[in-house]
Amino acid sequence: MPDAHRGAPRDLRLRGLRKTFGDFVAVDELDLTIPAGSFFALLGPSGCGKTTTLRMVAGLEVPTAGQVLLGEQDITGLRPYRRPVNTVFQSYALFPHLTIEDNVAFGLRRRGVKDVKGAVADMLSLVELDGFGRRRPAQLSGGQQQRVAVARALINEPEVLLLDEPLGALDLKLRRQMQLELKHIQDRVGSTFVHVTHDQEEAMTMADTIAVMNHGEVEQLGSPRELYERPATRYVANFLGQSNCLQGRVVEHGVDSTVVDVHGTLVRLPGTHGTRGGAQSLGVRPEKAVALAGQRAVRDPAFANAVAGTVTDVSFTGLSTQYVVRTGWGQDLAVFAQNDGSDVPADRGDEVLVAWRPEHTFPLRDASPVVEPEAAPLADAAR
Amino acid sequence: MSRAVRAVRQHAVMALAVLVLLYLFLPVVVVVAFSFNDPAGRYNFAWNGFTLDSWRDPCGVPGMCDAVLRSLQIGVIATVVATLLGTLLAFGLVRHSFRGRASTSLLVFLPMATPEVVMGASLLTLFVNAGVATGFWTIVIAHILFTVSFVVVTVKARLAGFDSRLEEAAMDLYADEWQTFRRVTLPLAAPGIFAGALLAFALSFDDFIITNFNSGNTITFPMYVWGAAQRGVPPEVNVIGTAMFVLALLLVGGAEVLRRVRSGTAAT
Amino acid sequence: MTAVLTPPSATPEAPADDAVPPSARSRAPYLLLLPGLLWLALFFLVPLVALVSMSLQTGSLSEGYRLTWHWATYSSAWSTYGDQLVRSFLYAGAATVLALLVGYPLAYAIALRAGRWRNLMLVLVVAPFFTSFLIRTLAWKIVLGDEGWVVGALQTVGLLGENGRLLATPAAVVLGLTYNFLPFMVLPLYASLEKVDPRLLEAATDLYATPARAFWAVTWPLSIPGVVAGTLLTFIPAAGDYVNVQFLGNPGSQMIGNVIQSRFLTVLDYPVAAALSITVMASVLVLVLTYVRRVGARELL
Repeated sequence: MPDAHRGAPRDLRLRGLRKTFGDFVAVDELDLTIPAGSFFALLGPSGCGKTTTLRMVAGLEVPTAGQVLLGEQDITGLRPYRRPVNTVFQSYALFPHLTIEDNVAFGLRRRGVKDVKGAVADMLSLVELDGFGRRRPAQLSGGQQQRVAVARALINEPEVLLLDEPLGALDLKLRRQMQLELKHIQDRVGSTFVHVTHDQEEAMTMADTIAVMNHGEVEQLGSPRELYERPATRYVANFLGQSNCLQGRVVEHGVDSTVVDVHGTLVRLPGTHGTRGGAQSLGVRPEKAVALAGQRAVRDPAFANAVAGTVTDVSFTGLSTQYVVRTGWGQDLAVFAQNDGSDVPADRGDEVLVAWRPEHTFPLRDASPVVEPEAAPLADAAR
Repeated sequence: MSRAVRAVRQHAVMALAVLVLLYLFLPVVVVVAFSFNDPAGRYNFAWNGFTLDSWRDPCGVPGMCDAVLRSLQIGVIATVVATLLGTLLAFGLVRHSFRGRASTSLLVFLPMATPEVVMGASLLTLFVNAGVATGFWTIVIAHILFTVSFVVVTVKARLAGFDSRLEEAAMDLYADEWQTFRRVTLPLAAPGIFAGALLAFALSFDDFIITNFNSGNTITFPMYVWGAAQRGVPPEVNVIGTAMFVLALLLVGGAEVLRRVRSGTAAT
Repeated sequence: MTAVLTPPSATPEAPADDAVPPSARSRAPYLLLLPGLLWLALFFLVPLVALVSMSLQTGSLSEGYRLTWHWATYSSAWSTYGDQLVRSFLYAGAATVLALLVGYPLAYAIALRAGRWRNLMLVLVVAPFFTSFLIRTLAWKIVLGDEGWVVGALQTVGLLGENGRLLATPAAVVLGLTYNFLPFMVLPLYASLEKVDPRLLEAATDLYATPARAFWAVTWPLSIPGVVAGTLLTFIPAAGDYVNVQFLGNPGSQMIGNVIQSRFLTVLDYPVAAALSITVMASVLVLVLTYVRRVGARELL
């Protein structure tokens, strides 16, 4: 039975959290503060440690080192049934031998609440499953089961609700619908939601704050917009959406701007980055760039950064036209031209200029070693 | 491959299977039929005439109903103990990884691979050496021994398909270890445990060889039949056989009906 | 239905995907296992040891037995009862092969052709065994009797001579053995055939395989674990059986089980009986090990 905490909402804090399974390090020295009442997403591919982290918060996994704190209270050593934390499992984990009503009321009953009928009815209404109380999980569809799982967790008014990729098994349309619904529920209920997912679009749609995880560590933490417009590493840049990553050498530090020599083309970006003469990685999103056919094409001077290349692929996707442009040094750049009816599309084989505004360039802090710009072309085009 | 040939081939296997099933049921039909027989002599081997006498007074034959009672008593006791031991073993084997798990598994399955003669003989040797007189309780001990393995296999099969997340969900929802066991684990394992118990009882009731070695003066139903085979098997024996068959069918049928009612119809 | 009638055969261990087993409280497994293991140790292992020891003792029930390491008991037992030993393995082997031939189509039909009737058929396979083993075998005595229609039919067809009979012949014994252990063959076979994905067979036919070829190339290899389990579960009890012989055979067709039983219970010649039992047990173990090693046994336990 968790201690009844009706005081001020508490932040969830992870301090130096570490989990190893034998030789395998699943989570490595994680430090994270999740503000009370926020919708927080842990984003990353399979095996990055996000689920393990979640389980440590729930109490289903014992950390090898580190602490889990709610406000000032150290809950690291508490068993799951003593934490004011509830989980929505990826496979829903509904009790097959109980009715929906008994499933939803399970947590309340264990805490000694006698009269559960009202609370259950309210919760079923919240997830739009009125009247389903007498049925059994096997009789429900995936989407309905998922909502029961949410109801079962929420009814206990936990301080923190953990969601372990709960939408993975749903089809696209239902997933979109549930994403919005969960967001609305969180707005209404006000608990802290921690959502684990590998779907970047899902994370960006739902969360206030996203932590991108890789190999047991957080690579970057921020709001969806921050992460998207200013990814800090190549990994984040390619995990959230697509990026064109360029490698070059810093040639000039201006007043609050840096110029990088990328294979002979000068690229400018705001801020001071790197050391003069040192290597620097950069990125720009495909939708921020335009493909201007012909050197003599009219170019908005604001689009100061420009790289020349040849169009090798044109894909019309309805929303946009996607170009793949091969640069002089053999790298493929992607350009997404929005289908707003204004542009004259380029053709395969056309010589174009890929141009973008300097303020849309973002620096990448990379672990990759210094590479001679004239060396082998970089394999990572935006993908 | 012409359509006709393919059709024959398609159904050939099934036809064969039905034949085999008929073959399986043949003796049962005979048993049931001959329970209504009015035998000419002591031996109930040739059809003589129809009568309901055996059914009206099945215990009319001396010693038989005592033997049935004995078998039932032994069966119940052995089943309860074997189910308990077997369930514990199954949980231990499935839920935890520990050193010696493979050898423990082996030890548990070894009795199933041992010929009954050998098991019966070895137990008898044990009792002789220990100076224990063979009788009711030695039979019980023997039955518990050879049914435990079957209970373990049955419960294990049920547990293997168990979603461990369910117990985690229960703990996440404020159920401590004992409550989790009582409210989630046990109800879900129950069908397997029940099946194991049923299997144990059936094996115990029907056992002859091991019982024969360790029975002393106690007579169980199979032992009665064995003795009767030499003296002359009365049709009342067939009555008991038929009754057992019908009872078991009802039990299995009832369990299936219960299962359907409980789970309702699944949504697609 | 399968919940109630789970076949008492070897089931493969289902490995959990990424689910770590519930937290290691290392005392728990030992406590759980203790009662069961104790029972098995006390009433299975110890008696086996006692049996081995008894086979090496001399004496009698009245005088008492002393452990004299009398290995000669074994050789004398083998020479006296070698026939029965060999016969037992022969009969059991024949019964196993027959059971496989008869049982495989049945298991195949249930697993891959039965559809909705699957559960019903499984019940039908097991149902006859709700009547007593002995009673059923006695029923065969009636069916195979000299005046019965089976013998009559065989005589008409010419397979049996004028005075031919089925009862009290080795044929009857083998038939009885086959019948009694058929479910032990069918259920493991079913269990492994059930796991065969029918789409594999579709793929085979798509790749120009005839049905026969598809069977041998796809279905048969996948069913081998079931075949192994089934043949073992059939052969081992059959080798030690003596009921079928008693009811359906004659004194000339005695199996080793009869000998052990009479030595133990009638003649009270414990050392010889023990030696024979150990011989059977050892042969069975050797057989199982070589068989399993050849075929591969990872799935067995």
